[in-house]
Amino acid sequence: MEGPTSTGIPNRKLAMWTFIGSECMLFGTLIATYMIYRGRNLVPPYPHDLLNIPFITVTTFVLLMSSLMMVLALAAVQRNDLRATKLWLGLTALFGLIFLGGQYYEFSHFVHEGLPLSRNLFSSTFFVLTGTHGAHVAGGVIWLSTLLVRTVNGKLDARHAETVEIAGLYWHFVDVVWIILFTLIYLLV
Amino acid sequence: MAMTDAHPTGIWSWLTTVDHKRIAIMYFVVGFAFLLVAGFEGQLIRLQLAAPGRDFLDPDLYNQLFTMHGTTMVFFAGMPLVVAFFNFVVPLQIGARDVAFPRLNAFSFWVFLFGGLFLYASIPLRAMPDGGWFAYMPLTNPEYSPGPGIDFYVLSLLISGVGSIAGGLNFLVTILNMRAPGMTFMRMPLFTWMALIVSALILLAFPPFTVGLIFMLFDRSFGTHFFDAAAGADPVLWQHLFWVFGHPEVYILILPAFGIVSDVIPTYSRKILFGYPVVVFSGVLIAFLGFGVWVHHMFSVGLGPVVNAVFGGATMLIAIPTGIKIFNWIATMWGGRLRFRTAMLYAAGLVATFTIGGLSGVMHSSPPADLQQTDTYFVVAHFHYVLIGGTVFGLFCGFYYWFPKATGRMLHEGLGKAHFWLTFLALNVTFFPMHFSGLLGMPRRTYTYAEGLGLDVFNLISTIGAFIFTLSFVPLVWNLWRTWRRGEAAGHNPWDASTLEWTTASPPPHYNFAEIPTVDRRDPLWHPYIEPESRRAGDEPGGAVPRRQPDEPPEPVIMPNPSYWPLVLAVGMLLMTIGALGSLGLTLFGLFVTAVGLFAWAFEPPFGEEAH
Repeated sequence: MEGPTSTGIPNRKLAMWTFIGSECMLFGTLIATYMIYRGRNLVPPYPHDLLNIPFITVTTFVLLMSSLMMVLALAAVQRNDLRATKLWLGLTALFGLIFLGGQYYEFSHFVHEGLPLSRNLFSSTFFVLTGTHGAHVAGGVIWLSTLLVRTVNGKLDARHAETVEIAGLYWHFVDVVWIILFTLIYLLV
Repeated sequence: MAMTDAHPTGIWSWLTTVDHKRIAIMYFVVGFAFLLVAGFEGQLIRLQLAAPGRDFLDPDLYNQLFTMHGTTMVFFAGMPLVVAFFNFVVPLQIGARDVAFPRLNAFSFWVFLFGGLFLYASIPLRAMPDGGWFAYMPLTNPEYSPGPGIDFYVLSLLISGVGSIAGGLNFLVTILNMRAPGMTFMRMPLFTWMALIVSALILLAFPPFTVGLIFMLFDRSFGTHFFDAAAGADPVLWQHLFWVFGHPEVYILILPAFGIVSDVIPTYSRKILFGYPVVVFSGVLIAFLGFGVWVHHMFSVGLGPVVNAVFGGATMLIAIPTGIKIFNWIATMWGGRLRFRTAMLYAAGLVATFTIGGLSGVMHSSPPADLQQTDTYFVVAHFHYVLIGGTVFGLFCGFYYWFPKATGRMLHEGLGKAHFWLTFLALNVTFFPMHFSGLLGMPRRTYTYAEGLGLDVFNLISTIGAFIFTLSFVPLVWNLWRTWRRGEAAGHNPWDASTLEWTTASPPPHYNFAEIPTVDRRDPLWHPYIEPESRRAGDEPGGAVPRRQPDEPPEPVIMPNPSYWPLVLAVGMLLMTIGALGSLGLTLFGLFVTAVGLFAWAFEPPFGEEAH
């Protein structure tokens, strides 16, 4: 069953690209909703009251660096350097976790400042959009941690480089989405 | 014992199967059951409307019934029946042994089934959704729809939508990647082409709907304000999200029927399809334009003359590629040696009735005309002509065409033809009068009408037509029973058709092809213009023309293992869905089951069983 494919692209990799195409529509809809409702909030607090650009810039930087770690992890597993694979995979997941920690802090800070999910139009669009992204990051962290455990157990090596590459495609996509969200939500506030 | 290993039977083998042919049968049986249920709901609606002022159904129940009828027909009858054909036909037409991701395929089926059952669990709880299949906000917000009915709608479509997206992904990869050697894009059979296009449509159209459903769920369950005008939001956003999915959904339902007909008409006309590339690219164009016309469902919202004019114009454009297809089918039949078997009758019936539905569609693509027709029975007539005269006729056409391949038995032609003529009669008797009742101003979704408006006769005729629909299932069921008892054996290629699925046995072995065929032309089993002498000689056509498959594979075939993890994963998602009605504990338990299913699936070796 796993012979050469018609396009030359392995099935699983093509499936991930296809899935990313579908995810573009998912995030596209969420982002479009946020943008349509931008500036239409009628009940305080408003975005500029709460959004902390310097703090999110730091977590954004961490998430971007995780993409670099991901690239290094793939390069390491391709040359079957399993020590480096473990290191870079672990750092990718760790940076993802730091980003999630930042998001947790941000969310709880907002709730504390009087912006629970059901407060107003801003809270609705903001939490659902960034929360969906955060759920994607969390899924990626679990995936990468699984790959890390597999590597530690000796079940993942250069023969499985494609698996790491596909996880990497997903991870980079989630990063790219965050760059768009960071620009549209925070920089354009 | 070797035979038992190769062809396992029993309930467990169906619960764990990853064989695309068995999954197709399960999709077909369940989809057909939902078709009957939704048809019954339609029948009840027609009974209520048989005469003015009846009180057979109260308004509340009437609202629930038309909501369930529409939702079931689109999501739990139309789509699974389409996907049943994708499953059975596509791997065989492209010369593959299965789909790209067999376990994902099984998963898609199970979540679809659970989504449908979940929707129908609302009946014993006396909480059927009543907001229409489009569930417009603000009618469906917690203030105006306080009961759990709309929650059943939202959650069942969310869970089955996951299966649809997974299925779209699976078939897109399968068709792009699993084609037999030599099967280039422009050699693919038309049904496979339309399956490819529809898979892309599913992948792109379902996410906006999913997001809309999530917004609705959050508005209803967590007090968010996505559609709350008082908070500054715009309830029309729901309409945009719904129809930007809903219109491509129409093409998800019709393009596979077009693909079936494009394979069937050449077979029974003894002619290759007229203008193959034009038919292919018309399908692509319909799908592409289909993403830019959704506002024609919203002309009466008042988005302004410029918006309405642009979307009206784009809608009219769709008539061009659709008309091209109609003319190509007619040109294929023109001068052909026509054999009106049941499948061909359905194909020709589609060409006629879909054209009627298409013409009324062009009428309300013009915003001024639409403002007169919208929300009347004229629109009901239109979309039943395209959905029954198009999708259902196409699906029955495919059913009669591929039934011998799937079962190895021939259906009875006389009963088949009786079935066709009854369906054809029922469609026209039920829905043609609705053009008139609609133009007289009879509104949709209203449980009754007053006497003396000139509507009585048209409604009575429509109700009689609905009874003919019910009657039309008699010859079908009789035919199935008769064939099950004593159907003649079908042989490999009973229709002398041209595509790869007809090279293998009927029913195909679970590995489909003993040898993967090699293809060097379109219509590989017909080669009249290239090697007439070898055709006359009968067997052994030369070159790379696929021959009849050998009975036994020359070398071991490695097939995917059966697996129960797709079912476990789907059960986990079902538990989460049920929990979302109000039990956090059940949701968390469902999440746990889902996680177990996912990890066990990921670490289970997918391949290994040798067929021989």
